Amino acid sequence: MVDLSVKIGALKLKNPVMTASGTFGYGREYEDFIDINELGGIVVKGTTREARQGNDYPRMAETAMGMLNAVGLQNVGVDSFIKDIYPRLTKYQTNVLVNVSGSTIEDYIETASKINELEAIPGIELNISCPNIKEGGMAFGVSCQSAEAVTLAVRKVYKKQLMVKLSPNVTDIVEIAKAVEGSGADSVSLINTLLGMAIDSHSRRAVLSTITGGLSGPAVKPIALRMVWQVAKGVKIPVIGMGGISSAEDAIEFLLAGASAVQIGTANFVDPAVTIKVIEGIKRYLNLHKMESVGELVGALSVE
Amino acid sequence: MKHIHNFTISNNERQNEEFVVLTLNCEAGELPAMVPGQFAEVRVPNEPAAYLRRPLSIHDVDYQKRQIKLLVQEVGKGTRALSALPVGSIVNLVYPLGKGYSLPESKEVLLIGGGCGVAPLLFLGRYLKSHSIEPRFLIGTRTASSLVSIDAYRELGEVMITTEDGTAGTKGYVIHHPVMRTETPDFKQIYTCGPEPMMRILAKYANKHNISCQVSLENHMACGIGACLCCVTKTQDGHKCVCTEGPVFDSKYLQW
Repeated sequence: MVDLSVKIGALKLKNPVMTASGTFGYGREYEDFIDINELGGIVVKGTTREARQGNDYPRMAETAMGMLNAVGLQNVGVDSFIKDIYPRLTKYQTNVLVNVSGSTIEDYIETASKINELEAIPGIELNISCPNIKEGGMAFGVSCQSAEAVTLAVRKVYKKQLMVKLSPNVTDIVEIAKAVEGSGADSVSLINTLLGMAIDSHSRRAVLSTITGGLSGPAVKPIALRMVWQVAKGVKIPVIGMGGISSAEDAIEFLLAGASAVQIGTANFVDPAVTIKVIEGIKRYLNLHKMESVGELVGALSVE
Repeated sequence: MKHIHNFTISNNERQNEEFVVLTLNCEAGELPAMVPGQFAEVRVPNEPAAYLRRPLSIHDVDYQKRQIKLLVQEVGKGTRALSALPVGSIVNLVYPLGKGYSLPESKEVLLIGGGCGVAPLLFLGRYLKSHSIEPRFLIGTRTASSLVSIDAYRELGEVMITTEDGTAGTKGYVIHHPVMRTETPDFKQIYTCGPEPMMRILAKYANKHNISCQVSLENHMACGIGACLCCVTKTQDGHKCVCTEGPVFDSKYLQW
């Protein structure tokens, strides 16, 4: 029997496979396809202080081995989340993290404080990297000073596990990771989407209503893998890797690069049962290579 | 309940230059109950350019034979790859998705399809007929050669046709057909699917004549199950996912 469990700070995961925010709704959307309780954790939809209608349609463009999105953090707002959605999340026997976003530091503080009170939520993922809202979001994640400021402010009010989700749209992601580590983050997750765009040559218009959007899917995997490797070498806190993971092999590559756990995002759209297949595949891999624990893979990249 | 099932293509029937009808046999056993207007997210095999699934209306269902039909219009790489699949190919479907058409309050109905929008209307016609409602179809296309085979529709009820160039049926758009131009229409319910400009005009028409109108939207979507929030349309209650709150909406609920 192989041991798939991993730890991210004080968080105990039964296996290293989580779902990425914005790709998994609130879990319920996938209940017909998989047993949510078999996952290491889920990160539910980005939540803000007030409800947000998000950006206008069209919000999506398919690209080579991936897609662009410009959803713009459409969500019900933290109060409705607590009242209407949280009660049914409490039934899950897995880690349910809430992705928290905002336009101002006060927004982040307000939302994080309210979620701090929720017993069944063991941690938040601080989203300082959403490329699809005009103010805030990614703006906080692209400079060390602002990343530090928002992490410090939230750390003061949020007492449980604080994971900070990093933007790849920066010159040096390791510097940002170090900045949030120094400001009290318990872990970092990366990468959020890469800023991109799509044009319809026939209509001579941008495909997305916002012109630019966030690129995800297998197309971004090599970049994500490189960034996870660099960040894992640069910080002492756990790293959660994501970006184009669609198979157990992909997930294992991220673990080898130094991720303690992974998140699966866009692949859920293509195969709603992909997460369970990845968990099974990791198990098979460990058996095949006669390894006892998934922890043996973390950072085990051979560079000689 | 939504399912992920593998299907085997048992027939690939080309209709014309643009359309094929794929007949798919469910490998997993019994088909789940489906409602006309619901759709499947179809994974395109062997086509790396089509990363995401393709949402396609359920065109027809035969529960006894465990068969469903999909009408595929070749509009891009994904749909071209699907239409080229030989008999025996395996395709993976996530289905049945979304909310379909609901039964009318009045038995006088008109089913209006534009282009690929005729797809759900065959299943709908069959469904209405099984509820003792006589479906009548009004089908609009660009030109005679892009018209799908109407034999199956004709078995269920009267079929009226418009073409933009007048090569078949009445010349013009569906709204120009004589059935739409009387002072008092002889139908109380419109069911429609097709290009959005067509459906907007039909929604206005329905309002003017105090007729109920159910429209099926074709917004681009990624997941099809309400997770990605990409396919939204504006409604009286703000942005709603077409994939889960629709694709069929009462036209009055939409803010077009």
